[in-house]
Amino acid sequence: MSGPVIFNTLQFDQPWTLENYLKVGGYQALRKILAEKTPPEAIIAEVKTSALRGRGGAGFPTGLKWSFMPRNYQGDKYIVCNTDEGEPGTCKDWYILRFNPHALIEGMAIAAYTMSVKTGYNYVHGEIFEAYERMEAACEEARAAGYLGKGILGSDFEFDLHNHLGYGAYVCGEETALLESIEGKKGQPRFKPPFPASFGLYGKPTTINNTETFASIPYIIRESGQKFLELGKPNSGGTKLFSVSGHVNNPGNFELPMGTPFAKLLELAGGVRHGHKLKAVIPGGSSMPVLPGEIMMETDMDYDSIQKAGSYLGSGAVIVMDDTVCMVKALERLSYFYFEESCGQCTPCREGTGWLYRIVHRIEQGEGRPEDLDLLLSLCDNIAGRTICALGDAAAWPVQGMLKHYRHEFEYHIEHKRCLV
Amino acid sequence: MLSEQVQAKIEHELKKYPADQKQSAVMAALRFVQDEKGWISSDDMADVAIYLGMPKMAVYEVATFYHMYKLQPMGQHTLTVCTNLSCQLMGSNETLDYIKSKLGIGLNEVTADGKFGLREAECMGACIDAPLMTVNNRRLCARLTPEKIDRILTKLSAGGELASGEENVR
Repeated sequence: MSGPVIFNTLQFDQPWTLENYLKVGGYQALRKILAEKTPPEAIIAEVKTSALRGRGGAGFPTGLKWSFMPRNYQGDKYIVCNTDEGEPGTCKDWYILRFNPHALIEGMAIAAYTMSVKTGYNYVHGEIFEAYERMEAACEEARAAGYLGKGILGSDFEFDLHNHLGYGAYVCGEETALLESIEGKKGQPRFKPPFPASFGLYGKPTTINNTETFASIPYIIRESGQKFLELGKPNSGGTKLFSVSGHVNNPGNFELPMGTPFAKLLELAGGVRHGHKLKAVIPGGSSMPVLPGEIMMETDMDYDSIQKAGSYLGSGAVIVMDDTVCMVKALERLSYFYFEESCGQCTPCREGTGWLYRIVHRIEQGEGRPEDLDLLLSLCDNIAGRTICALGDAAAWPVQGMLKHYRHEFEYHIEHKRCLV
Repeated sequence: MLSEQVQAKIEHELKKYPADQKQSAVMAALRFVQDEKGWISSDDMADVAIYLGMPKMAVYEVATFYHMYKLQPMGQHTLTVCTNLSCQLMGSNETLDYIKSKLGIGLNEVTADGKFGLREAECMGACIDAPLMTVNNRRLCARLTPEKIDRILTKLSAGGELASGEENVR
């Protein structure tokens, strides 16, 4: 489905080509700032006006993040794009690489100009190799046409972009683990501070943004921050990509204004699959607490609304579950995931994620004990907030969300040794 | 020794990184070796270490940290099935069972003729097209059904290759 900011080439047979990107105003924003020698402060101000917030999950204001980069630093600086999409349910950036790679290239080039950076890296999730290849080809195309490299569009601005393929590690979606991985190491998160803006890739000042964040930039510069803001709502500017997976008739990626009612999104995704009833929704990627369907049907899809409902917008990945789903089984799979993907660096996460999984697994197997549910919650309290990166929180939140809303299913499983549904 | 083809690919990759950061190419180097040989042996890791001027242990750490590296032979074609939540909701457990019964092997096993190996994966980042699997880490096969799996296995068995995007959906 097309959209104004990112999915603006989808009407073409080959949406990913430079030729088609140019037809929808592609590279006009970059051309304009280079011709007008727009001061970096003005670009940052425009991005702040847009209320663009980080699309990877944390929602940090992008303009503010860019302003953290040291201006007068002599030496190399980097920008890095995080396309390591491995949070179950999330697959929007995969579409950007496949269908509009030049929006990402232009967005990164504008960011590089703003922060006086000459080199950028795009870290791509390992399993989407075909999208990595398309992105490599798009960079070649941009280089040949003078949008990347030295003397871009006849100016003295120089920027090149390289793609780095991950190879199967969820934790590399954490920005400092991602930097370690580009450096050719195990992807184990770094202790912060120092933050990447002062000590990032190869120890140099670095700004890391999500793919969708960068790809939103050309629109903001071309059309204006105010116009982007008005697409969405205050404090949640612009459109957002929503990946709807699970029990719907028409799963897909949708570009919609921030603040779109969930009911509308569900309708676009074809509704809950043939004749079943909506049971529950994970609104922002697997780490975010689950919410009952009836709450979601009253909620809008933006940062503040979902937070008010008791969860987070996260990456905008919406996992829909119908009335056939056993919540114990669903949680068992998620807990296994965090156990499998813990990098092993911090004891609470390394030991705790395995412990969570083993308890949920035994409940699912009909071997749960009445005290297990309180034990799970106590474990969550001892993992979340006690680790270097947020993977610990990510493992705890689904457990807490499930027990908050579906504790009775877990109790039933323990007592009757079978599913309630 | 790394083959000439692998060395050429590593040289191409090294151009992406600063001259004093050759280690940044280690993930790609291991991938090239695996694509050529099907898996990565301890000797291969040593060759990569020498080529990039790294301690062998540092290469070993990378090869064992990332799930997509294969440290034992996994057949001429490695099928990797995602079973995470979005795929599970769309029947990936049944998908996996179907492939197991078709091939007569379990997870992390290889068929007797050495043609197919089977692995399980965490999220592949294409959840709207569940259930999913990859073939040789390079080809993503989406919205799997028994008929689609039959078609893929028949083609690969006959010596064919999947083209880029062939079993994807738009």
